[in-house]
Amino acid sequence: MNEFPQFINIPLGDYIKTFISWLTVNYSGFFDGVKAGILSVLLKMQDFLIWIPWFAVILFIFALGWKVKNLKSGLTFTAMLLLIGLMGYWEAMMLTISIVLTAVVISLLLGIPLGILSAYNKRMDNIMRPILDAMQTMPSFVYLIPAIMFFGLGSVPAVFATTIYSLPPVIRLTALAINSVSHEMKEAAHAFGPTTWQALVKVEIPQAMPTIMAGVNQTTMMAMAMVVVSSMIGAKGLGYSVLIAINRTDVAMGAEAGISIVFLAIIIDRLTQSVSEKFKYDE
Amino acid sequence: MEKLRVENLTKVFGKHPKKILQLLEDGLKRDEIFKTTQHTVGIGNVNFSVEEGETFVIMGLSGSGKSTLIRCLNLLNKPTAGKIIIDEENIMDYDKKQMREFRRNKIAMVFQHFGLFSHKTVIENVEFGLEIKGEKKEYRYKKSLETLKTVGLEGWEDYRISALSGGMKQRVGLARALANDPEIILMDEPFSALDPLIRRDMHTELLDLQSKLKKTIIFITHDVNEAFKLGDRIAVLKEGEIVQIGTPEEILENPENEYIRNFIQDIDRSRILKAENIMRKSILKLNNSQKPKIALEILDDSDFQYGFVVDRETRKIVGVVEADDLIDAIKNKKTIEEVMHLDYITVSKDEYVKEIIEKAYETKYPIAVIDESENYIGRIQRGSLLKALV
Repeated sequence: MNEFPQFINIPLGDYIKTFISWLTVNYSGFFDGVKAGILSVLLKMQDFLIWIPWFAVILFIFALGWKVKNLKSGLTFTAMLLLIGLMGYWEAMMLTISIVLTAVVISLLLGIPLGILSAYNKRMDNIMRPILDAMQTMPSFVYLIPAIMFFGLGSVPAVFATTIYSLPPVIRLTALAINSVSHEMKEAAHAFGPTTWQALVKVEIPQAMPTIMAGVNQTTMMAMAMVVVSSMIGAKGLGYSVLIAINRTDVAMGAEAGISIVFLAIIIDRLTQSVSEKFKYDE
Repeated sequence: MEKLRVENLTKVFGKHPKKILQLLEDGLKRDEIFKTTQHTVGIGNVNFSVEEGETFVIMGLSGSGKSTLIRCLNLLNKPTAGKIIIDEENIMDYDKKQMREFRRNKIAMVFQHFGLFSHKTVIENVEFGLEIKGEKKEYRYKKSLETLKTVGLEGWEDYRISALSGGMKQRVGLARALANDPEIILMDEPFSALDPLIRRDMHTELLDLQSKLKKTIIFITHDVNEAFKLGDRIAVLKEGEIVQIGTPEEILENPENEYIRNFIQDIDRSRILKAENIMRKSILKLNNSQKPKIALEILDDSDFQYGFVVDRETRKIVGVVEADDLIDAIKNKKTIEEVMHLDYITVSKDEYVKEIIEKAYETKYPIAVIDESENYIGRIQRGSLLKALV
């Protein structure tokens, strides 16, 4: 009596597996197309990032840090990047950045419109909410399985898994941002007879921008975390070095790659955060 | 000419507002309806009309439904029942496109907390309505600059909204509404977030502007003094219904009930009542070519001790005489002109009692009231000045 009855067994996992297999077989053309698309963007991005001389990158980040934050931050970022380079992880870092950037761009292109849609449409919001909950609580490794089934091994499934994982914050925060534009400001806009599009573009999005930017920051950080995990399915980069270090129980390599990831995350976080600060308006 | 007419306007908030209409018709009160059905009657069966160029003030305490009412007039609130007729068209029949056109061209609104766009500069805020209409950039800029000038914000066009004081912010709000050249301006407690001194300046400025622009203004306030100062006519709203509509003088002189009486209790009457409201019409007219004896007879027949003397040709006041002066004239064979006094005071019929009181100290005679063409139309006994204040 203490055991859960075995005879009523619902094989939900099998259903999902069947569904995913069905997708893979019947929509292989679609997935191949997506794969080719993502791959071409990714490769161009990688080529470009590796092509830029290392000192140009450091100079650029230094200047950016100085401009959006302060001189001290600029110098700190420079020191961090130099250390990553000196430890020998420059190229790995660039590969990581390329996957993160591609995933973030896709997340934003999908996430901001979806966020706006669910702010405007109650039913859309009701549908999105449980999906987003699931996306955020599902262990990140689980995304790797369908990613392999759809796209095989390599960087493309990594971009796919990273995109799925980093999508929720930008959707959530965009919806929140649009919903929390002050009531009087919305009324003021509508009192002048704009179309829905005009009100959205001229008033609501600009007003929502600080919160949307916080969403962009969150999404970037999530992507950064996921790209490391996705090295398990063959994504090159800093995460891959960590993976190798685990396999070899190589403490030195693990520490170096780990520190590089932390530094990169700090730089990306501080920069996107400062940019989002710039969007704040005083009342 | 009538610009706007509201007929049996009702707004109910809740899940099934239409169902509540029957209850209202059966005469149920607001709180009964709320208790039994959880629906809030914002406004119930409101009727009024506003003339073109008039400043119509809707006054009520918080929760009286005044904000709900004003938002019905540009359909920010969709009324549950009734009609809103503007220029002979019932705007409640408008579809979305017609409603946009209506808001773009005919009506503008000024908000209590300004409702300015903090991501835009001052001039970009003022341009907003024109931008929505799709006006050309140069025209927008030029027009907005002119409008900023009329509200006294020349030179502030490129500032951020956050750099302005409260009073200046509301000037921007006003300019934004005016830039669109609307025929009707809705003002939802526009000055209640400002401190008293600034508020007074804004009153004066609005009155000045209105005397030039002659827009139809519907103004919401909870402040009696503000209502009486600005309104050509005032509607007092209580629990979603209109209790009384009238000119400030009418309401002061004939308050409809105890509620209105309480409302106007602490009002400064000397700023509302004008000379013509408290004067006694003068039938008695002495003229400068009369014989003193006849003049004395006329004066004796009246209860007055003083009489104003007008010029026979021009009908303008030339002096004031007492019975004693006339007796003196008869005895010494003088003319009226020789005995009359010249140190009298005249006020125009539109002058406020407050200003008249200040002048009253300067003379011992009654005060003569004259009309636009300077004809003598009445007099104010000094005692009746005090009586007017209570």
